Amino acid sequence: MDKVLKIDKSAEKGIVELLKYLLLNDRVSGVFTLRKTGNNGSFDYALITEPALLEDSIPLHPFMHVNAGKILSALPSMRKPVAAVIKPCELRSFVELVKRSQGALDDFLLISYTCGGSFPYKTTVKGQMDKLLPEFWEAVKSGLDSDSIRPTCRACEYFVPMNADLTISLVGEKDLDSKCAIFLHSGKSKSMVEGFEAEISKGELKLSRFDSLVKKRKEQKEKDFKEINIQDSGLDGMIDIFGKCIGCHGCSRICPICHCILCDFESCAYDYDTSMIENELLSRGGVRVPTDTILYQIGRLSHMSFSCTGCGLCTEVCPADIPVSTIFRKTGEEVAGLFDYLPGKDVNEEIPVTIFKEDELSELGND
Amino acid sequence: MSKEFMPKIISFLCKWCTYSGADLAGTNRMKYPPSILPLRVMCSSRVNPVFLIKSFLYGADGVLIGGCHPGDCHYQSGNYYTRRRFAILTTIFDSLGLESERLRLSWISAAEGTKFVRVSTEFTEKIKSMGENPAKKKIFL
Ligand code: SF4
Ligand code: SF4
Repeated sequence: MDKVLKIDKSAEKGIVELLKYLLLNDRVSGVFTLRKTGNNGSFDYALITEPALLEDSIPLHPFMHVNAGKILSALPSMRKPVAAVIKPCELRSFVELVKRSQGALDDFLLISYTCGGSFPYKTTVKGQMDKLLPEFWEAVKSGLDSDSIRPTCRACEYFVPMNADLTISLVGEKDLDSKCAIFLHSGKSKSMVEGFEAEISKGELKLSRFDSLVKKRKEQKEKDFKEINIQDSGLDGMIDIFGKCIGCHGCSRICPICHCILCDFESCAYDYDTSMIENELLSRGGVRVPTDTILYQIGRLSHMSFSCTGCGLCTEVCPADIPVSTIFRKTGEEVAGLFDYLPGKDVNEEIPVTIFKEDELSELGND
Repeated sequence: MSKEFMPKIISFLCKWCTYSGADLAGTNRMKYPPSILPLRVMCSSRVNPVFLIKSFLYGADGVLIGGCHPGDCHYQSGNYYTRRRFAILTTIFDSLGLESERLRLSWISAAEGTKFVRVSTEFTEKIKSMGENPAKKKIFL
């Protein structure tokens, strides 16, 4: 059975305290967390080895400017694991990267939390976050959606971490400002916290307490999928939606699953030479430049949609306000559904395109 | 006089099975429709799904992948991967409201010249009934 650590401090102070303990007692080689960068409300992820630097850390800050899963995969292996505090969707993304040999779970002590959602980029860029934070935390305490979180988060039913070594309980915790409850799931986490001064007891994070929020989030997701209505509008619908795309490929650069250093769609295989343009002009009488916008979108879907964790960053970065993540998540769920696959759930489950079963899909190809 | 619509069907055929099956149809003087534009690949799993997407967006009325029957792949398991990728791509097409019926996967062995003729005729008829690929006329893609 899992254990639970109860610390008589606010959730944020409690976790920082624990991180400090882990670092000072050489249980971990470093700490990976969000940290204030300056005085204007900016912050960043940082890998920290000097305990004093943890003073400015804000591990539970409801903001995701990049997907930490992708950053963890780029960190070097250290002597001992690094304690990383990341959001549930970042953790799932990291697991997807581990499956692709882009990282190792053993390199980290993975700490996550029941997540109330993240704020849109624009909120922070405009410096409005501090004003909105009190309302956010009140909503988290009562297990409701804050008005300020991203639409993507409002449609996310996976706010309880999978595969975390430790889970900080936030959603629905009335006493967040004075109490911090951290669940220990793995043997690794139990031995790491040994000696830390706090009340330790047996206890499990009961999923049933989130039922109503999960239900609400799922309903919102279905509503979003319906609103996009992409399956009923066909090619013309695709052209309407992606007609605004400026081809910056920001959506794949920010995507935690798109880890290739050189994206296939940026390789010379997709260069358009004069003769190709001429051909297009001959057959269609016109060609949109830059070319291959829709090819890129469907191509990217074919490469990674089954692993989309719905982190929503592609939508966040899109300068043309295209709801990329809603489309990728919808299609991704349908594709993953073919193989009962849930991205980021089980590190031993291989990604659908690298394996097969002999006795599946037997209706295909048999005419 | 309006000419009957003859579709263009880009056909990726595995060298060991379906392409040889098509050859057999030829040496036996069997007729298959001129809609089929065969491209020989070393294995059906050589067919990157992007080839199909590109063919479709560039106006091919149909796209056919031909490979060895499951269990008969020259490289042991290539066609099993093809099958998964094909399922994934047609699901993506359906999810986006694109016509996945324009994509077809068929297992045709080197001995099945007759089957090659049947499948290519059937598929051509089906595409004829669907009409031209609307992507052909779109400037923006
Ligand atoms: S981020 Fe938006 S504009 Fe840029 S390539 Fe992706 S969809 Fe197009
Ligand atoms: S496709 Fe978008 S929502 Fe899905 S994992 Fe990538 S960035 Fe996140």
